[in-house]
Amino acid sequence: MPALPQTTAKKLGLVIDLDTCVGCQACATSCKEWNTQGYSAPLADEDTRGPDPHGPWLNRIHGYEVEDTNGKDSRDVHFPRSCLHCETPACVTVCPTGASYKRAEDGIVLINPDTCIGCKLCSWACPYGAREYDVQEGVMKKCTLCVDRIYNENFEPEDRQPACVKACPTGARHFGDLGDENSAVSQLVKERGGFDLLPEMGYKPTNKYLPPRAKRDTPQAGIEALPKGDGSAMDRLFKLADRLLSGN
Amino acid sequence: MSSEPVVALSPKTWDEIKTTTCYMCACRCGIKVYLKDGTVTYIDGNRDHPVNKGVICGKGAAGIKQHYSPGRLSKPLIRVGERGSGEFREIEWEEALQTATSWLGNVRKTDPKKLAFFTGRDQSQGLTGWWATQFGTPNYAAHGGFCSVNMAAAGLYTFGGSFWEFGEPDWKHTKYFLLFGVAEDHGSNPIKAGLGKLKKRGAKFVSVNPIKTGYSAIADEWVGVRPGTDGLFVGAIIHELLNAGQIDGDYLNRYTNSPWLVIDNKGAADHGLFARNENGETLVWDAHKKAPVPTSDHDAARALMGRFTLPDGRKVATSFQLIAERYLAPENAPDAVTERCGVPADTIRRLAAELAHVAFKETVTLDVPWTDFTGRRHDTMIGRPVAMHAMRGISAHANGFQTCRAIHLLQIMLGTIDTPGGFRYKAPFPRPIPPHIKPTGKPDQIWPNEPLPGPPLGFVTGPEDLLLAADGTPQRIDKAYSWDAPIAAHGMMHMVITNAAKRDPYGIDVLFMYMANMSWNSAMNIPDTLKYLTAKDEKTGDYIIPKIIYSDAYASEMVHYADLILPDTTYLERWDCISLLDRPISEADGPADSIRQPVVEPERDVRPFQTVLLDIGARLKLPGMTTPEGNARYPGGYPDYIVNHERAPGVGPLAGFRGVDGTQSGKGAPNPNQLQAYIDNGCHWFYELPDEHKYFKHVNKGYLEWATGFGLIGKPEPIIHQLYCEPLQKFRLAAEGHGAIQPPDGHRARIIEAFDPIPFWYPPFEGDLVDEVAFPMHAVTQRPMAMYHAWGSQNSWLRQILGRNWLYIAKERAAKLGIADGDWVTVTSHQGQIKGQAKLMNGVNPDTVWTWNAIGKRSGTWGLKKDAPEAKQGFLLNHLISELLPERDGGYRFSNSDPVTGQAAWYDLRVRVEKASDQSNISSPQFPTLKNHGVGQCPHCLKPPPKNWAS
Repeated sequence: MPALPQTTAKKLGLVIDLDTCVGCQACATSCKEWNTQGYSAPLADEDTRGPDPHGPWLNRIHGYEVEDTNGKDSRDVHFPRSCLHCETPACVTVCPTGASYKRAEDGIVLINPDTCIGCKLCSWACPYGAREYDVQEGVMKKCTLCVDRIYNENFEPEDRQPACVKACPTGARHFGDLGDENSAVSQLVKERGGFDLLPEMGYKPTNKYLPPRAKRDTPQAGIEALPKGDGSAMDRLFKLADRLLSGN
Repeated sequence: MSSEPVVALSPKTWDEIKTTTCYMCACRCGIKVYLKDGTVTYIDGNRDHPVNKGVICGKGAAGIKQHYSPGRLSKPLIRVGERGSGEFREIEWEEALQTATSWLGNVRKTDPKKLAFFTGRDQSQGLTGWWATQFGTPNYAAHGGFCSVNMAAAGLYTFGGSFWEFGEPDWKHTKYFLLFGVAEDHGSNPIKAGLGKLKKRGAKFVSVNPIKTGYSAIADEWVGVRPGTDGLFVGAIIHELLNAGQIDGDYLNRYTNSPWLVIDNKGAADHGLFARNENGETLVWDAHKKAPVPTSDHDAARALMGRFTLPDGRKVATSFQLIAERYLAPENAPDAVTERCGVPADTIRRLAAELAHVAFKETVTLDVPWTDFTGRRHDTMIGRPVAMHAMRGISAHANGFQTCRAIHLLQIMLGTIDTPGGFRYKAPFPRPIPPHIKPTGKPDQIWPNEPLPGPPLGFVTGPEDLLLAADGTPQRIDKAYSWDAPIAAHGMMHMVITNAAKRDPYGIDVLFMYMANMSWNSAMNIPDTLKYLTAKDEKTGDYIIPKIIYSDAYASEMVHYADLILPDTTYLERWDCISLLDRPISEADGPADSIRQPVVEPERDVRPFQTVLLDIGARLKLPGMTTPEGNARYPGGYPDYIVNHERAPGVGPLAGFRGVDGTQSGKGAPNPNQLQAYIDNGCHWFYELPDEHKYFKHVNKGYLEWATGFGLIGKPEPIIHQLYCEPLQKFRLAAEGHGAIQPPDGHRARIIEAFDPIPFWYPPFEGDLVDEVAFPMHAVTQRPMAMYHAWGSQNSWLRQILGRNWLYIAKERAAKLGIADGDWVTVTSHQGQIKGQAKLMNGVNPDTVWTWNAIGKRSGTWGLKKDAPEAKQGFLLNHLISELLPERDGGYRFSNSDPVTGQAAWYDLRVRVEKASDQSNISSPQFPTLKNHGVGQCPHCLKPPPKNWAS
């Protein structure tokens, strides 16, 4: 059984704000276009012009309408789904060839395409559905956290971030070291009550999600109701007009 | 533990990066295109660009699949079979250009208006409008008539700006953002980025939309208004604010026509016009002098409210008096509108209180001194941090113009326009109200072999500006600027094919279109449109629309109904300019423009349309496109024009890097190195206004003087908001029987109703004219953020995300109708019936069904296989929407449009929804499969880039 590093120097990961994500798919297509020529190249598609176009994507956005308990009100949530780079990922330990591994340096979970045999055991082991089988290549594909961008010296330092984070128009995606409690992402998780997906599975995901904020569709404290119609509106407006004159 | 594999952490998967401008929607973000061996491998947002500041959207990042689409056209085509048969012969460009020139030349030397030249999602209207002017036809417009002219016209006639991308909320300071309707297309990334900023700062975001998708999903509050009733909702908020006296009286008095005096002389020819003195000056009432004084008297004690009698005996009231009387009436109270607009009265009252609270108790003050147009110095800039935005959700109704005016009234009553935290203008706005350009195309302005004396499109201010034939019938083929649609400032492209086929008001000879899918998703009433496109004259056997020239980059549905196809390039293969003369990309902080540069060479036999248009213009010897010696004035094509064309001395398509040495902005001689200067600057140019010019631009002395010098406006005069819109009253007076130019009798009643100088609400026509019992529901479309029109839904990546559409119904209503999730349902209107598959949800107004826009495709187009889900399960609402309203008294059929602006009323659609008896897995109607004329393969897909992660 492939071993996991006891600890990693960093815990690089994503923090995804479900309150701000509008489901625009920018992160999905940016991921696809970078990775189809990056570490995971190619992410080739099948039946691109036909009835069932499909291919591997390392990041997919799902939209859910979540009903409130009354069954009438609802909240629309856009949920980006990709590898969570777990601290104890079953997808690594289940791999029969050792192709799946977790980097000791930064905690990124990767697949070595040279030794992956495409047996799909890892995709069965992952409860998050984060791994996809590439039919054309015969290997598994997954989020690399853009390992070939974040350290890439050919980029300006500010561009050394995952393609999905760089793309996100609403700023709902954040990248950083979740092992450093002082990092911006750790602080954000703390402030906003960031949470793990399926913590009960025990895989300790590195990526965190920020919950939607409470709706504000009820009377707010400190905002006075306007006076009800009492037939004196015109008087009020004339008085207002008079006050304007005294200012002239 | 085995040692980790070595990963190449710094691969360089490109050998070159070029900047240019995206064209996956109208947002026009700056992009960086990565190239490897001449192949596009990656497209990234340009961090330095003013529009997107580095981000990119779902569409933009899929541009690579648009560029390499198998649906691209590859060669000029000429029709050899019947129209619609798809039988074409490939021809060389010389033959194509000679054919076009011959057809167009015959029109020009006989009757130039028999050319109808209309463009779709074009971004070169500065060129195309000028070309039409030089040709001499008034029958020109882009697609604004079916897009959002209501927004443009309502804004430009009210506050000299507009929603659209002509302004933007002050994302940095806004504390309360009210968004009306679907807005996921224009200003796409800036709005997303703005929403992100609001979320971060804890500003409240309220979405007023029948459907809780898209941006509405993250709103702090969703108001599920019934389609077409936003005007009732807004009117009730105005009622509440007026009732409470929660208005910015100072702003109204100083910067709007609220105190201007309006003549009260019912039945007379001057009723409802502004009172003017002997010098023609408009007047206000000086409450201290108890006398009228000119509005230019800034020291007067201006009465905001009141009714007065002028010394000459004329009775007058202030504009605001009339507005207050209108909106304080009981029919505008929340309780009176709640049932019709579907919003609880308590919610309306609460939202009004929140708006008042934020506007007046949470003001934003910037320590920036400024001087207003009267010379009055202000120590600070005080803002009302309430911002609003609206687009086609308001626009695409027959009451959209007046509803949009009502929203502007609300914004202005709260004193928010161009103040810190409010809705801000972007250059070239603010402009005079309305802009000082009149439409051209009266009978004495159209002559064989002569250009028009002015541009085809402009802004009318009274009946004398209409384009009417001697007998009062419309001059334009689309009937824009006639009594059918007097303020049709963007033309009415949606009526061109219908009118031409009916020869109403006359027949045409050549229909020339660019990037407009008018035989499919851009047409109302597709089945009849296809009949019109193929209709033949019974006597001659010729097509009633004799010749159709069409340019497009893709094998769209429209290609099959044209006679001559001029294949365009993709956006990565062309020069373009995003010009201040057209629809610019300016920021609220200052003017900006940009260019596209070709980042790759086409490998197909295609040419950029703009260069082709200039070539045809030179062959036709059009003035402006020809030198005195008869040669082409712009032999270098569009880039030559971009650099060297001058609209006025020193004013050209691009504002940056002007002057021979490239140091001037706004005005300056052509700079031969201008395009290189843009490329060196990342393909864009931006001038940041000094802080004291950034707000109150409409009345800011310094800004107005700068804007005059820069060439944005003619004179440094204030742009006083026209809450009371006098030009509307002039049309109304004509309809009441005053003046020399009056509408036909059948038009009078609707002009009198719709041309109210004070915003108001009336029921959308379709609901008013069809049986609401038979068609009880509304049907509208929304824009998926990852798609834009028909281009996106053919994209090999984007169609994996959304390859078909569904009909969404409220769960509660579906249960009553016996419809379960996944059932196939029929949707029936007075015009026709379609079949689509239902999905149930909560977040939709219960009287409304909806679907995604423009996903449905006709089988055999866009390089898609004939059994693609877009064609077999996808559907369009277009089949249900008539371009004409049902007959009224007298038998005349008005266009299904806003009676003021001619805006196509797509969203007025009324339907009945039933479970389909046929539950087969196919949508209807289905049309015969077309022959795909795309290149059929994607070279990029066939040769994916090599693996480069091997260490």
